Amino acid sequence: MGAGRHCRGQYDLIRGWIEETAADALALKRREAELLFRRIGITFAVYAEGGDPERLIPFDIIPRVLDRAEWALLSRGLIQRVRTLNAFIRDVYHQREILRAGHVPQELVLLNEGFRAEMQDFDPPQGVYTHVAGIDIVRLGPREFCVLEDNCRTPSGVSYMIENREAMMRLFPDLFARHRIAPVSHYPEELLETLQSVAPANCDHDPVVVLLTPGSFNGAYYEHSFLADEMGVELVEGADLFLDDNIVFMRTTEGPKRVDVIYRRIDDDFIDPLTFRADSTLGPPGLFNAYRSGNVTLANGVGAGIADDKAVYRYVPAMIRFYLGEEPILDNVPTYCCWAREDLGYVLDHLGELVVKEARGSGGYGILIGPQATREQLTAFAAKLRAHPENYIAQPTLALSTCPTFVETGIAPRHVDLRPFVLSGKEIRIVPGGLTRGALREGSLVVNSSQGGGTKDTWVLES
Amino acid sequence: MLSRTADSLYWLARYMERAEDIARIVMVGHRMASMARSLENPGNEWHSTLIATGCEQGYLAKYPEATAAQVIDYLVRDPDNPSSIFSCLETARRNARVVRTALTVDMWDALNETWLKTRDADGAACDRERLLELLEWVKERSLLFSGAYANTMLRNDAYYFTRLGTFIERADNTARILDVKYHVLLPRHEGVGGALDYYHWQAILRSVSALRSYHWVYQERLKPWFVAELLILRPEMPRSLLSCCEQIVRHLELLAEAYGGLRGECHRIAGDMHARLRYGRIQDIFQSGLHEFLADFMERSIMLGNEISKLYLR
Repeated sequence: MGAGRHCRGQYDLIRGWIEETAADALALKRREAELLFRRIGITFAVYAEGGDPERLIPFDIIPRVLDRAEWALLSRGLIQRVRTLNAFIRDVYHQREILRAGHVPQELVLLNEGFRAEMQDFDPPQGVYTHVAGIDIVRLGPREFCVLEDNCRTPSGVSYMIENREAMMRLFPDLFARHRIAPVSHYPEELLETLQSVAPANCDHDPVVVLLTPGSFNGAYYEHSFLADEMGVELVEGADLFLDDNIVFMRTTEGPKRVDVIYRRIDDDFIDPLTFRADSTLGPPGLFNAYRSGNVTLANGVGAGIADDKAVYRYVPAMIRFYLGEEPILDNVPTYCCWAREDLGYVLDHLGELVVKEARGSGGYGILIGPQATREQLTAFAAKLRAHPENYIAQPTLALSTCPTFVETGIAPRHVDLRPFVLSGKEIRIVPGGLTRGALREGSLVVNSSQGGGTKDTWVLES
Repeated sequence: MLSRTADSLYWLARYMERAEDIARIVMVGHRMASMARSLENPGNEWHSTLIATGCEQGYLAKYPEATAAQVIDYLVRDPDNPSSIFSCLETARRNARVVRTALTVDMWDALNETWLKTRDADGAACDRERLLELLEWVKERSLLFSGAYANTMLRNDAYYFTRLGTFIERADNTARILDVKYHVLLPRHEGVGGALDYYHWQAILRSVSALRSYHWVYQERLKPWFVAELLILRPEMPRSLLSCCEQIVRHLELLAEAYGGLRGECHRIAGDMHARLRYGRIQDIFQSGLHEFLADFMERSIMLGNEISKLYLR
């Protein structure tokens, strides 16, 4: 949605629907939606003092709509990007050709905290590291989509993609009868097939897949249990697993059962106290060794985080050219790296126009939004930047497009981004759609659910 | 299924049952104390209530002596007491959340709404006037939960573990309620068979919703050995030790069948406990001492719980 009341063509159907539905009927549907979510128990915990551990993410009933051509473009771009990221991770843990060719600074990779030297020369099944990638997309123009951020470790949010659709179908069955909207509910099956396709080479039976969660106190626990349930696999915690002769077993009421593929939703640091953080109780001791021996597959692979570092991000277009010999279909949002002297100078001069983020942060914490900051905040942040420029990157604030959203005063444009989920196994698959996150406050650019952002259904039209 | 899932279901059922049982025991205490007051016989009913709930030690570490208000607060609401009614409901709900996908929607609703309400309860919930209302409510919620799972769960191993939890806890509780009587000292001038003694036995029957049942089965005035027989040996009494043990044996057998004949020490202990009750006689039990018999039963039931954990839950 641009300025004023101009929506793209595919929103005509939404406009028609809103116009023919009375305002109070819409408001009623909105309340119904909230009750629905509360009952199902979809909640999202916020890691802040005093935060409600079982808070609901606000849900907006106006969907985001992408037409077929837009999705085709996005989908090609996403496949290209994820193939590249995967090739980069493989290269970084093998010959490091891209570093030797000078396209990515060596120290940025080798001294990065996302870099895992333990992965050197290891070949995961099918050569895949980023089995599930969440690529955050923003729109800058009619046919111009950009990548705001890559998430190659344990991206979350896919349960909202599915549940938002489920809620919309319950609330507005007529809309779905009138339009051909690509379904998303088969995502768990696609995920399961992807995970089965990367079972260890020595697995001679139907691979046993499990989902490893940090536990019910984790913010994304609902999603973990949802996905395990939908895939029909066990939802395990670290203590449910143990190693015997370098093979992973889970403890069941019928005795030990061998595990072949672990879709882990815990960070590298915590998966194995013998290899990584010794104080972790979230992963079973010895897991990494079993992984390196090829007795179990971890998805996502260990060390995949090197590809979604906010500083490495800047070099992804160069990687696409280097590994695939292609021009990037999806470009990056212009990004200034404050550790480069000329970039730092620019950022300090234009602080009031930029969004500045911590290079290693996530979840929208520690972020400065220039146009909304007070003079004092800008001055204070400039001092932080000068002291530790290596911690920060900056991007222009025009990065987010808007979409009609139901707010207190009616329907108004709000900033949105889109996270499609890209599955890599024997092949790459993308369920058409993704998680659309939107800011709820006027002018706000922060869409993270931990910062009060909301979500909406995402429609890809099939005709 | 995962051992941890089975463990959570088992403990979830135990804690829901325990919440109900503590409510029942507090009701007995309340009734005995009122009787004592009206017969002008201030006794140690609240202290014996503490003993019956197994909370005596924890309580005495916190308070010097057993007063009505403090005991009630400790047993109903106190978060420091892991067996207080509110703690039990909290623990049950925590276990439920961990195995959310193994529960039916009705089970979850029953648990979650109960927990939401206790979370919002104010400090006045334990006031004397509102106490009985609260205890009745706890009982209702637990009955709702039992009904929800008995009527909606698939009949598979998940169900068997839930059943085991319920009946192991219930057997333990019936034994404890009966044992309260042992710890309530009758005043010197009040003999066994006196008015106070009579009301104590009546309170015990009421607490397990069995006063009517007693009259149906015996058609006689309350007599201690009949009350004990009803609660220990009668197969038609659903909270009797025998009934509980029958259910325990049955569900352990169903598990063994489901797991290709896998059996362990827990099967032997349960069978042994069941046989003692099935062929026991109340006169023998009284002869060798009711309290001793109950203490022995409780010890065996702890062993049984440990062996079940060892075989399935770890």
